[in-house]
Amino acid sequence: MFEQKKFIVSHAPFWHNGSSVAERNYNIIVAALPAALFGLTQYGAQALAVLCLSVSSAMIWELIANRATKRPETLGDGNAALIGLLFGMLLPAASPWWLVITGTFVAVIVGKQIFGGIGGNPFNPALIGYGILLISWPNRFDFNAALVNFEFGFDTAFPLWVAKYFGTAELDTFTAWNLLSGQQIGGIGSTFGLGLIAGGIYLIVRGFIRWEISLSYLAGIFVTAFLFNIANPDQYAGPFFHMFTGFTLLAAFFLATDDASSPVNFIPMLIYGAGCGMLTILIRNIGVYVEGTAFAIIVMNCANPLLDRIRPKAVGKVV
Amino acid sequence: MLKQSFIRLASTDVEYRPFAEVPALLETPNVPGNVTVLHPGEYNRSDAIDLKPGDAVKTGQKLALFPESVAYVVSPVTGTVAGIEPFAGDFGRRYAAVTIEVSDEEEPDNQFTEAAASPSLEAAKNFLGCVPGMPDLSVFGDPDHPIDVLIVSGADSDLMVDTNKYVITAETAEVEHGLHLLREITGVDRIVVALPSDIVQGIGSLEAEVFGVSPAYPSANPRMIANAVLGEPIPAGRTLAEAGVAMMSAETVANIGKAFESGSIPTKKAITLIRKDGSKTMVSVKLGTPMGRILRDYGESLGEGDRLILGGPMTGSAVFSDTYPIQADTDAIMVQDSQAVSFVSDYPCINCGECIRICPTKVQVSMLVRFLEAGQYEDAADLYDLYSCVDCGLCSFVCVSKIPIFQYIRLAKYELSRLQAAEAEEAENV
Repeated sequence: MFEQKKFIVSHAPFWHNGSSVAERNYNIIVAALPAALFGLTQYGAQALAVLCLSVSSAMIWELIANRATKRPETLGDGNAALIGLLFGMLLPAASPWWLVITGTFVAVIVGKQIFGGIGGNPFNPALIGYGILLISWPNRFDFNAALVNFEFGFDTAFPLWVAKYFGTAELDTFTAWNLLSGQQIGGIGSTFGLGLIAGGIYLIVRGFIRWEISLSYLAGIFVTAFLFNIANPDQYAGPFFHMFTGFTLLAAFFLATDDASSPVNFIPMLIYGAGCGMLTILIRNIGVYVEGTAFAIIVMNCANPLLDRIRPKAVGKVV
Repeated sequence: MLKQSFIRLASTDVEYRPFAEVPALLETPNVPGNVTVLHPGEYNRSDAIDLKPGDAVKTGQKLALFPESVAYVVSPVTGTVAGIEPFAGDFGRRYAAVTIEVSDEEEPDNQFTEAAASPSLEAAKNFLGCVPGMPDLSVFGDPDHPIDVLIVSGADSDLMVDTNKYVITAETAEVEHGLHLLREITGVDRIVVALPSDIVQGIGSLEAEVFGVSPAYPSANPRMIANAVLGEPIPAGRTLAEAGVAMMSAETVANIGKAFESGSIPTKKAITLIRKDGSKTMVSVKLGTPMGRILRDYGESLGEGDRLILGGPMTGSAVFSDTYPIQADTDAIMVQDSQAVSFVSDYPCINCGECIRICPTKVQVSMLVRFLEAGQYEDAADLYDLYSCVDCGLCSFVCVSKIPIFQYIRLAKYELSRLQAAEAEEAENV
């Protein structure tokens, strides 16, 4: 009896499709790299320093939170690194070190760990970090001021700032191609539209983000910007301008699609994405902020639990 | 092991294997040794029962241990009783395990022969409750819930299992005979035979309606078949019998047909042996044979840390000993190498929504599992459709965080059933 072999006993199912949290996060990191690397070529060593500090400090904050709360260490799942990378990609290349470290603290600790870690965050952690810092030190996030010492060979005014304060007449240099190929200033990882789109398509095809959110977000941007544009073409820029500048593409494929803070049912995903897009344009066009993406998504994150109550009726459910 | 495809946006659902892969049946010779049958009911060693070690039993003899209960098992062999032990199954099920030492001479029991001369529901209930396939004959003749439809499934509910697919194609005549008999003795007018869609054409005309089951898992799940046949879902929380549906496997029907034709109770079961390398062998074995003996006979090694499973990969149950006997409802044995064993984790739900999108009954699994993790089973049932679940296991299969969702669901259903039983008992005592 006691020489019997020991078998592993557990509950069905005995197969798993092999997916994992780490696989998901590392793939999202890989998909974000083209845009981030482009930022490094554009802004040089300063941008590299910001990104490295952002990723590493986010991971250290995660480790400290794990230790302090006496919970298993979750560095290996890649989520802290992803938050750090996305946060760094939102920053201007000239950000000082304390801004980065404070930002990742807010993102990882306030945005995620106090809610119980991965899966518990009601808002996108990177955007919480960005949003709180933007309110606290608005001048640090004025891309025109922050990047004043850089030479690029193209118009170094932040396109959304130009659009907001000078109207569409000044936007001639910002053609769709110029914007997509990264000839604009902005966050380290937010300016290279082609790279972001390529990464986004990769994630959608691999099933790591939900295409419904990305597409409805872009549709929401397009429709709202189009309506503003036909209402007053002199004052409000057209839909393609809004789609390819600011944080729009980064948000469409990397920020709005954060798992925990976005809905999972079909109709709620469409409402959520479209709502993010609409609010983004509303804030850009008639709000006080030049770039409203972060706040638009945070507001829609709030609505996520409510939206997800719109759900299909379960089979056999008797009402 | 099924893996997701690289491009998951275009990937199809989990599917049953095509009929072309059903292996041919291998007969296992009767070898001496012990067999064990499980008699339902709670048994303590001190209980006075109608059977004791040393008693002789014949092949096909009905063994009813407890005088006050109608439960019985049928001895699949001739021999002497070597021991009777209490036995605990999954989810609190209790049995008395009767071990029989097989003797060289096989001697058939003829109690059933007389009853078989005039087929009746009574005779079937009395003797055929444990034929291979394990029919639930108690649902017939219930005045509160008359049965309107009898569904005979030639499709196997779990992936990789081919037992019923094999029987419906290889023993079509026996199934036909069984259908004819069942129509007569149960008085059910509408009989539907559910077949995998790729063999519907291959089967000759049956004396019943034929329903094609799609290859997408879990369309061969009993509840999914019943919903499709009825054309509307059975309300959550009601059993098939309460909705007027009786479900039987093709193998059961074939064995009922054989039993009445030959006057003896069938004692051999077709089993799909799913090997470590994913290949399958169809074997015919005596009921009560220990799993380990079948694995030895067919050259499948079993080592430390492997997983031995009764049933298929999605809904089977892992056992801790290779002495576990083949029962009348064991359709498959699966062996999983220790390297291939997948583990669950205590990671939290990240709300990716994979489970919700794959759920065949549109349950909000990610919300449901939050209630289940907290032990709030009644809220789970009231708010998030616990009883719509058909126990297919797909949610656990795709879970990115590897949460044992299916286990939580089964536990919740079990705990709620215990709660309801306790409440009913209390209400009776007042």
